[in-house]
Amino acid sequence: MAINQSTAPAETGLRGPRGEPVTLDVNGATYAIELEPRVSLLDALRDHLDMTGTKKGCDQGTCGACTVWMDGRRVLSCLTLAYSCEGHQIATIEGIAQDGELHPMQQAFIDHDAFQCGYCTPGQIMSAIALLREGNATTDADIAEHMSGNICRCQAYPNIHAAIREVRDADDGG
Amino acid sequence: MEFLQPADWAEALAVKAAHPDALPIAGGTDVMVDLNFDRARPGALLDLTRVTDLTDWGTDGDWLRVGAGVTYRRLIDELAGRVPGLALASRTVGSPQIRNRGTVGGNLGSASPAGDAHPALLAAGALVELASVRGTRRVPVTEYFTGPKRSVRTPDELIAAFLVPARPGAEQFAKVGTRNAMVIAVCSFALSLDAATRTVGTGIGSAGPTPLRATEAEAFLAAELPWETRGAVPESVAARFGELVGSAARPIDDVRGSADYRRHALAVLARRALAWAWTDPGGAV
Repeated sequence: MAINQSTAPAETGLRGPRGEPVTLDVNGATYAIELEPRVSLLDALRDHLDMTGTKKGCDQGTCGACTVWMDGRRVLSCLTLAYSCEGHQIATIEGIAQDGELHPMQQAFIDHDAFQCGYCTPGQIMSAIALLREGNATTDADIAEHMSGNICRCQAYPNIHAAIREVRDADDGG
Repeated sequence: MEFLQPADWAEALAVKAAHPDALPIAGGTDVMVDLNFDRARPGALLDLTRVTDLTDWGTDGDWLRVGAGVTYRRLIDELAGRVPGLALASRTVGSPQIRNRGTVGGNLGSASPAGDAHPALLAAGALVELASVRGTRRVPVTEYFTGPKRSVRTPDELIAAFLVPARPGAEQFAKVGTRNAMVIAVCSFALSLDAATRTVGTGIGSAGPTPLRATEAEAFLAAELPWETRGAVPESVAARFGELVGSAARPIDDVRGSADYRRHALAVLARRALAWAWTDPGGAV
């Protein structure tokens, strides 16, 4: 898609309405893609960067399946404007395994059978790792409260919580 | 759709003046839902996330001034002692992911009757700071809302900040919803008891065309509370206070609840909030 020259920066910060170059930093790599202004980070990841690990459940912020990190904090990519992510570091489920080794939380989800259909799992894992970083996982009630933004329709919650407890209690803290 | 991304506050005001139809977006947690489902197609989006002035907070005389772009997470982490009622309300907003992005400025901009911040702002006697290239004005939040998703904000204005008294009273917040996360309130209630001035502040959410105060309930309670002795609140006083709060609501029957249920629940929430605030004046944090 061509850049719309007629709306090129006659005024500071003005872009659009057609596809415009955007630079996104995802999992430590820099990508230059063309997006319309209205595109969510979720659609940018899935449809433009072919990173389909981040799932689209509700597209309105209620299910948590699209959870990613922005500058280390968990956010909902469906409710984050892709344009506003320029200059920020995005991390997705594709980026958390290191050197071919699963992240301890990924391994714990496998060990505890913390999923059935698996659709919510990337969001659950991104949320779970962030939860431990936030330090809000002391009690089971804390875990339930601070994982409450991630829905699992298969009801794997007890196993998800067991996986989180295991990583929390591991010597290296995950 | 065009995209406007001012680098600072002066530029943001100039851009808003030049594009009064531009829809401001900060965290995006409200605006993006409408965009994703094509319920709104604004001519332009005005991204305020580069405007760092909006993410500051500090004291301004007798007031605490909080930038419109301060997230709910920061209200909880940094300001729970200074805005106790609002911090309690913030803990009920969405989910941790939403609280990392959502802002009170966005809540005020949407001006939904169900906004979680609004009852706490009403109870605290907050001001909303609106700015444009024409100047800045501070509007009492009691006069800010004019209807469902409508406010006194003019098309060329942006929400700069909100202000609350720097020394808060005993504040509480309670909300009814169907889930512990991601709920739009069926109804909500906020209370502020200021022992120094012996005044009472209230805020009702999701039970009327706008967030509401229960002014009759405030006057009744201020006159009946045993401020001097700090003795127990008589049950009859608590019950009457609840009734007055319920009757101040102007709810409708909708998918989230019936009008009757909302009035009843508000009376219960009001009694509970009163008991919490009176017995633990500093315990709202």
